[in-house]
Amino acid sequence: MSERTKILIVVAALIVLLIVMQFASSFVILLVTQALVFAILAMSLDILLGYTGLPSLGQAAYLGVGAYLTAILATKYGFGLGSSFWAVIVLGILLGAVTAAIFGLFAIRASGVYFLMITLALGQCVWGLAYRWNSLTGGDNGINMPGRPNFGIDLAHDMTFFYVVFGFFVAALAALYLLVKSPFGRSLVGIRESELRMRILGYNTWLHKYIAFIIAGAFGGLAGVLWAFLNGLVSPEDVILTTSVDALLMVVLGGPGTLVGGAIGAGVVVFLREYLSTLVEWWQYALGGVYVLTILYLPGGLMGIPERIRQRRALSAPAEQAKAVSVSQ
Amino acid sequence: MDAEFWVIQVFNGISYGALLFLLAGGLSLIFGVMRIVNLSHGSYFMLGGYVALTVIWTTDSWVLAIPVAALTVAVVGLVMERVFLRPLGFDPLRQVLLTVGFAFLFQQGALDIWGGDSLDISPPEFLTESVVIGGVYFPLYRAFMIGVALAIGVTIWLTMEKTRMGAMVRAAVDDSEMARGVGIDTSLVSMFIFALGAFLAALGGVIGGAFLGVYPGLDFEILPIAFAVVIIGGMGSLGGAAVGSLIVGLADNFGKALFPEVSYFTLYAPMVLILALKPTGLFGRE
Repeated sequence: MSERTKILIVVAALIVLLIVMQFASSFVILLVTQALVFAILAMSLDILLGYTGLPSLGQAAYLGVGAYLTAILATKYGFGLGSSFWAVIVLGILLGAVTAAIFGLFAIRASGVYFLMITLALGQCVWGLAYRWNSLTGGDNGINMPGRPNFGIDLAHDMTFFYVVFGFFVAALAALYLLVKSPFGRSLVGIRESELRMRILGYNTWLHKYIAFIIAGAFGGLAGVLWAFLNGLVSPEDVILTTSVDALLMVVLGGPGTLVGGAIGAGVVVFLREYLSTLVEWWQYALGGVYVLTILYLPGGLMGIPERIRQRRALSAPAEQAKAVSVSQ
Repeated sequence: MDAEFWVIQVFNGISYGALLFLLAGGLSLIFGVMRIVNLSHGSYFMLGGYVALTVIWTTDSWVLAIPVAALTVAVVGLVMERVFLRPLGFDPLRQVLLTVGFAFLFQQGALDIWGGDSLDISPPEFLTESVVIGGVYFPLYRAFMIGVALAIGVTIWLTMEKTRMGAMVRAAVDDSEMARGVGIDTSLVSMFIFALGAFLAALGGVIGGAFLGVYPGLDFEILPIAFAVVIIGGMGSLGGAAVGSLIVGLADNFGKALFPEVSYFTLYAPMVLILALKPTGLFGRE
């Protein structure tokens, strides 16, 4: 499939989503909006995991700093509820990037299992502050948002807010797509494949990974700002370990190194966590089952399925030819 | 803040550390031998508590509950290792996601079987008393936790140092490829260590159930703390796990008492520093 066909499919899918949403119930609108927010988080993680080969176990930290920044500005200073919403978006992105810039100094030194562990620890640092720093974060109860911004356009309407989040999602997708297609993105893939080779070729691999880490943090911060306004409550639940692990699952389930895969994975996980949980008591069996089955049977994720089918066909064709040859002999 | 405050806090910290040692000692060995980031280790702790409750409800025997719970969960761990983790091969990310998947399955299973309430495991009468030494009250149960951890620690240490199995484990921690080369069945060692880790975690769950309680969510609450112990002490080192448990136990207690607002931060920030500066932990083998 050519690159152009792929882009056309994605654009078509996004248009279909917009059309379907016109007929959606208010619950579905919230659900899809939430999926889009987490899709931004998952795509940010895909830059690390899928393109650079860095499995971060603490991506929820950046969602957390973005969300808490938004909540604190809104409740303590009444900032971000008018047209200053756009300033909060910028600040959220910046804080995500700055946090990642600090965390990256520690994390990028590690690799493999140690990278998993150090990102877990960094995520837990953020969680610990969110959970315990009562005067700033409201502790266990979290912070209730006073409402959504109104700058002529009232984002309190769920459909309006959906359009805003949709816009940010498309912008994030486009920006990250350009990033991974750029020479910088190509060298990230080179580092994933063989860091040693890239170093020998003269690339500063540490700096490449560090910048990728910061970019991922920035988009995580963006997701956090949107999440705060969408959910109306920012609590330590947003930064617990399972949120980070969910983000990992989204990427691995969808297909690492595809960007869009992370978005699809986000859709599936949000559906299980938020929708299925309202229907049945046993929804966690489904969630746990998806984790286990993805690892056992879907190494390339959902996006890898067409490729696997093609490979199987390609493999079976010569095999049949060979069989025919051996029979004729 | 007088001397009494410090004595009690140190005692509480050490006894909490003793519990953490049970939880994390096995995790450290698992990490050392197999390099598996096992995110269902907290579930073993929680399941241990739940199984113990069932035993107590049916037989009314707390003493019986301890070995039954630990052995049951050890079998769960053993099956997980044999059937799922071993065939998976070495890929930390996939291990993480697979073990998280199991943690969710265990969580739901526990919810279905034991319900969503927070339950308590009451120890026998004589352990609920306190001893008075120099005007300071020491709860006997906390002393019991320290005793159990000491006994377990010494037993495992002797096993590691004096027996053939222990030597095989140490060889597998140091260099599993060489160990295989000289004919050690590292697959068997892994199985043994994994079951032992689950056994110890469940034991911790039973003993800790008396003052932490047993409830849904306990698994993921206790899990990161276990990793903090493993990282600070060093992976694959029993002595490291012991020291790590003490440090984390004390840091947790004093953190909560002295600067509650940053108490968890003071737990995980050292973990970050150690990982950045000496990834093998304070006492880990290079």
